[in-house]
Amino acid sequence: MKESLVDIQNLDVRFTGARTVHAINDLTLNLGQGETLALLGESGSGKSVTLKTLLRLLPPKRTEIGGKIQVNGTDVLTLSGKALQQYRGAEVSMVFQEPALALDPVYSVGAQIAEAVRRHKGISRDEAMSTALDMLRRVRIPSPERRLRNFPHELSGGMLQRVMIALALACRPRLLLADEPTTALDATVQIQILLLLRELQREFGMGVIFVTHDIGVAVEVSERIAVMYAGQIVEEGTTQEVIKDPRHPYTRGLMAANLHGVARGERLNAIPGAPPSLETRPAACSFAPRCPLAEDACRATLPPVHVPSPRRRIACIHANAPVSAE
Amino acid sequence: MAIVDTAPPVTAAPAPAGTGYWSGVLSRMLRDPLTLVCLSVVLALVLSAIFAPWLGLADPFKGSMIQRLKPIGTPGHILGTDEQGRDMLARLVYGGRLTLFIGLMPVVLAFFIGGFLGIVAGYVGGLLNTLIMRTVDVFFAFPSVLLAIAISGALGAGIVNSLVSLTIVFIPPITRIAEAVTSGVRALDYIEAARASGAGTLTVIRVHVIGNVLSPIFVYATSLTSVCMILAAGLSFLGIGVRPPEPEWGLMLNTLRSAIYVNPWVSALPGLLIFVTSLCLNLLSDGVRSAMNVRD
Repeated sequence: MKESLVDIQNLDVRFTGARTVHAINDLTLNLGQGETLALLGESGSGKSVTLKTLLRLLPPKRTEIGGKIQVNGTDVLTLSGKALQQYRGAEVSMVFQEPALALDPVYSVGAQIAEAVRRHKGISRDEAMSTALDMLRRVRIPSPERRLRNFPHELSGGMLQRVMIALALACRPRLLLADEPTTALDATVQIQILLLLRELQREFGMGVIFVTHDIGVAVEVSERIAVMYAGQIVEEGTTQEVIKDPRHPYTRGLMAANLHGVARGERLNAIPGAPPSLETRPAACSFAPRCPLAEDACRATLPPVHVPSPRRRIACIHANAPVSAE
Repeated sequence: MAIVDTAPPVTAAPAPAGTGYWSGVLSRMLRDPLTLVCLSVVLALVLSAIFAPWLGLADPFKGSMIQRLKPIGTPGHILGTDEQGRDMLARLVYGGRLTLFIGLMPVVLAFFIGGFLGIVAGYVGGLLNTLIMRTVDVFFAFPSVLLAIAISGALGAGIVNSLVSLTIVFIPPITRIAEAVTSGVRALDYIEAARASGAGTLTVIRVHVIGNVLSPIFVYATSLTSVCMILAAGLSFLGIGVRPPEPEWGLMLNTLRSAIYVNPWVSALPGLLIFVTSLCLNLLSDGVRSAMNVRD
């Protein structure tokens, strides 16, 4: 394995307040330098919370965080003040789901990129503007000189997401967090953005954690896939391994729940039930209530983690069972 | 950061060439004839008030027993004279000074104080928000006219006291608007995105919160100026604002009230001016509001 970029050890995230939510439970995750990982899972599985924890964006008063996070050797959970601000944006940056909402409507896009650059590099406004222009070129925005002065409402969704990517990469971070960056875009633009992200990832040699609920997108961009369910990683491996040989029943359910090969009028293969509410810390397999293979043992204790090869793991007692013909 | 107005002059390019925000606002405003008329009326009033001493007008304090209550059009007194024989034109122009000052100053003060309180309450939230907003709510229990009269009455007549009482009257609504807009903006993605790119709390407030919140607060405040002017004139009319012989439209309206059967046109002049000014201020603020709204 390459040198480690992100090292998350036994992360717990709990939201306290009117009602407690155990959003992340004992999450361990590893990412090498320049690697691309897709975090796959349905809504509420804790994908976005994981990203926000990596940037320490969760409201400190209502969040309890346990475990350890290291990014490029920095202990993220102990950062504060100036060091935290320097870490955000310069070491790690984020691309948001809705580019139209993540850009400030009252400043031109050039000014916003320049602002982020100046914050970290301490250079003059003109230099920052030329960096912004260079970034707009790199994200392949046509006539970038003109776009520099445009306001967010004057650009289309795909264009805005390019701007967002330019903004995120302007300070050359080691790690890029992408929170469903293509969900808000239409299909033709989606693929362009994915290709762009992959290209830039190679060009800049940065690590990428890509959150998505779309397996197709995950396959397109990532070398590795980690499947999340109820705040835990239930299965992890290279994209090949996970797609060709899914071992966890949840992963198999996700793979089956698509439109390919389904005849018209036939019922779609959805996973029955809904994810757990996570008001208490799971003491048994969280997926057991929805799992077709669940046994009494699944409901009694946490599932064992099988590690067939060094960076492959499955949290299920059936992990070694042969793939059933579905 | 003042990043908005760095655009070159507008060119007639068909493509959406980015121009500065304020030049866009200005060009939209200039295309609206009603706003333009109101703007020129307000500008004329403000300019005449500022440059009153240099306009070659008669002395607004010098009366004449034999020239009392002359009608409009009297040679030497184009707009007639008042009940003490003072030149109405001079008194109206000089009166504009006081009336506009008392009409604008409280709103400006309340804009800063209320805006600050509202932004702090909205951004910090929690206990501080409750404290500020509930205090503000206490002031909302009284109708604004009544509150102004009560405070002015308690403090006594005088220009400074009117300013203070009107400022207190206008802080609560501005605070409330500022708080509402700020707490709306605080929850938006770009605030989080700014933090994610390494902005500290102060930068977030200074650049992203104030940048987005200022124009709605400002627009709201401009709509209050006409109300404030009317209130100020009202206080003077009731005798708890500006004291005679100071020329002030509300006060002039009051003193000329008794002459309404003798010389109705002259007596109506201060009221007419109050009416026209507040109408123009209102329409102007409407025009500015729609010109500043880029998104539709």
